Amino acid sequence: MLTLETAFFGLCTLLTLLGGVFTVAAKNPIRGAMGLLVAILGIAGMYLLLSAELLAALQVIVYAGAVVILFLFVIMLIGPAASEAPDARGAVGRYFGAGAFALVAVGALAAIMRMGGAALTKMPPPPAGMGTIEVVGREIFTRDVVPFEIAGVLLLIAVIGAMAVAKGKPGDMLISQNKRGGSGKSGGAKS
Amino acid sequence: MNQDLTAVPLEYFLTVAGVLFAIGAIGFLLRRNLLVLLMSIEVMLNAVNLTLVAFNRMHTENHSGQIFAFFIIVVAAAEAAIGLAIVLAFFRVRRTVRSDDADLLRN
Repeated sequence: MLTLETAFFGLCTLLTLLGGVFTVAAKNPIRGAMGLLVAILGIAGMYLLLSAELLAALQVIVYAGAVVILFLFVIMLIGPAASEAPDARGAVGRYFGAGAFALVAVGALAAIMRMGGAALTKMPPPPAGMGTIEVVGREIFTRDVVPFEIAGVLLLIAVIGAMAVAKGKPGDMLISQNKRGGSGKSGGAKS
Repeated sequence: MNQDLTAVPLEYFLTVAGVLFAIGAIGFLLRRNLLVLLMSIEVMLNAVNLTLVAFNRMHTENHSGQIFAFFIIVVAAAEAAIGLAIVLAFFRVRRTVRSDDADLLRN
């Protein structure tokens, strides 16, 4: 039976998984960022299906509006070096690790499928107002007010830290260029 | 309008989240571009958020799952800012974003 909700879920699944694959597989990081954007929009659609309206809005605002844009800014600051050709050093170990993880993931999924079997868990009908900004906001500002304040402090520290780390020293670029000219790629770490 | 918000079972959401997490983790293990590694981390965090919200939909007496996902979004935003700042600082020193070249501490 194909209801509107099931069709919407299928669409969101398609967006999410294709976007995820595109994110990790794209050679050009700009395309990867676009894949991340698509995956994030798919997840936001799923939040709507799970009656989490506030989170769906936050997902679009914070991820699509801030995080992906930040990625794009950094990719453009770095320029052509952002999509360098990969080399084959240590490839065996990486492929072995990824293959082992994929095997474990497939096994876990198979276990989930078998446990669920014929009787899938049907969701209960949501109570009125679930996931709206009023109800979630009331919980955040009463029961979870301390973590909320700590999250604000964390964001402040992150802003200051990001500025301090990204600023660098005035001579940095000159020194690294001299080193590069003198001793090549792998010699930069010496001295 | 007749909305049926119980049409999609829990397992479907969990399966999508599991597959998405696996995609992110495999990307993290396989790629060596620092920017793509950070994006893979974001993909994994999103998958975890999806499971939290889906389980919250099963236990509707409060919004713990959604609020947890909210805090994860906050931490992910902070992590992206710091991570990209580190990538920029690294790029300034080594003129590359390959994770293999992050060997300044190797003897």
